[in-house]
Amino acid sequence: MENQAARKPFKPLPYLLILPTAIFVAVFTVWPVLLSVYQGFFRQRMNIAKFREPSWIGLGNYIDLFQDPYFIKVIGNTLKYIIGTVPISIILGFLFALLVNRKVRGVGFFRLAFFHPMVLPMVSAATIWLFFFTPDYGLFNTALRFLGYTGPENWTGNPNLALLSVIIVAIWKNSGYYMIFYLAGLQNLPGEVFEAAALDGANDWQILWKITFPLMRRTTLFISTVAFIDAFRTIDHIFVLTTGGPSRASTVLLFELWSQRFEYQDIGVSAAITVIFVVILLAFTITNFLVSERKEA
Amino acid sequence: MSVSMPKKARLRKQLGSWLGSAFTTGLALLWSVPVIWALVASFRPANDAISRGDVWFGSSFTVENYVRAWSLAPFGQYYINTIFVVVIILAVQLITIILAGFAFANYQFLGKKWVFFFVLLQMMIPTSALLAPNFATIRQLGIFDTRLAIAIPYFGSAFGTFLMRQAFLEVPRDLVDAGIMDGCSWWQLIVHVYLPPSVPTLIAFGLSSATWHWNEFLWPLIITNSDKSRPLTAGLVRFTQLGEIGAQWSLLTAATLMVIAPLFIVFLVFQRRFIQSFLHSGLK
Repeated sequence: MENQAARKPFKPLPYLLILPTAIFVAVFTVWPVLLSVYQGFFRQRMNIAKFREPSWIGLGNYIDLFQDPYFIKVIGNTLKYIIGTVPISIILGFLFALLVNRKVRGVGFFRLAFFHPMVLPMVSAATIWLFFFTPDYGLFNTALRFLGYTGPENWTGNPNLALLSVIIVAIWKNSGYYMIFYLAGLQNLPGEVFEAAALDGANDWQILWKITFPLMRRTTLFISTVAFIDAFRTIDHIFVLTTGGPSRASTVLLFELWSQRFEYQDIGVSAAITVIFVVILLAFTITNFLVSERKEA
Repeated sequence: MSVSMPKKARLRKQLGSWLGSAFTTGLALLWSVPVIWALVASFRPANDAISRGDVWFGSSFTVENYVRAWSLAPFGQYYINTIFVVVIILAVQLITIILAGFAFANYQFLGKKWVFFFVLLQMMIPTSALLAPNFATIRQLGIFDTRLAIAIPYFGSAFGTFLMRQAFLEVPRDLVDAGIMDGCSWWQLIVHVYLPPSVPTLIAFGLSSATWHWNEFLWPLIITNSDKSRPLTAGLVRFTQLGEIGAQWSLLTAATLMVIAPLFIVFLVFQRRFIQSFLHSGLK
């Protein structure tokens, strides 16, 4: 059988069918990675006359980046942003799913309430939140004052709060998205396990922590992956809320990449950051893949 | 005693469920405040200054904010651009993902695994990470500041290809063989055998693709330079930065809602489908 299959004449059709997709992947995914690796070895700045022509500097761009306290700060901000958004959105997503996974009236409205931010453009969401963060009359500040908050109110303009304001908007927007994965997971749980646990006299908390949560481990792992990549690639709200400031207090990696390329016109440095970015993403995806493969085995 | 215990337990359960509902309602309202406020404020007269404690309903109901926002920036053109981009991306994607998904599901060929891996690279490296080199490519192609430039990087979709392959693999092999016996050519196989049962997957992919590209901001921002190609999202951000707008919140919310409205209304109507499609689209 196998020999027969191997001797089949070469048929070009499958390759031709994949060709359109493969061309777009080659031009807009593979080529840009290769181009960035190459350009990362050169000094080239478009807005400085003597650096307009690329000159080879080896690892110079990378060395400069990692010796630049600003870039270290950007890496720190990125980590803070990920730590600030990912776990909280996931916990909220799980909470929302538990709340809407009951047979009560109004469950359709609850689902809509938690999920709808996902459908909005991030820039629209951020524009609305810009108002909420306004000092004095902004609703976010009004609510906080009501709860006894007396700190600074200019959220997007305060170096200590700017990153936090960006994090808050991301949490508001994404939690409902993660909710639907948990909801799907919850609805696929075997009902008998819960009935048995209830018969054994387990209370609701015990069921939640000892049964539901462990059964959701795969879902959680999956959502963490989605959330992690989302955190890396979405910076739209930063443009609206803080434009990365004040003094880069809310600049994360992708925003830094954008400003190096389009504000400072620095081809070499932006290429180097692209490479760093791609390496992080690939390392993450591959680790993830290996971890989940091992679990399967 | 033996009678009162279950009664007590039932009462507690009732109270618990009541508290749960109250908590959920509170949280749901809290989560909806931003959009509800925007909707209310957009109908507030522009000269009703917003101040502490007075941010909701104004002295009267007016649509003047929408009229003014529409006249201050070419939102009509932005609409056309966004719709053009969303439709062209989806149209091309449907062709490329159906063809590629079919090839991966229906044929055995040399290097299939490697070709599949090559296509999946697109899912591992989000396009937004590659905006700098892709900007250079667009410049090279001579299509900077066109709607085509916004759309073209998305014409091939690894994710869509993956979804279609999964859907096509579900089609029973017997059905395919019967089609071949009947003398179906490859494209007849797609149209008559593979596509009919895969329509839900197509719709799911279509909804998430349309949502994604309606909302996209960063790539259109850097690849457009004029109103003739600028989509709604980039137009809105430009609008908020116009000098004459300042902190006129009722005007800003009106513009924001204009950007949101069409997609949001479709979402409200087809809510279940949408949520289903997002569930699908997360399976990457």
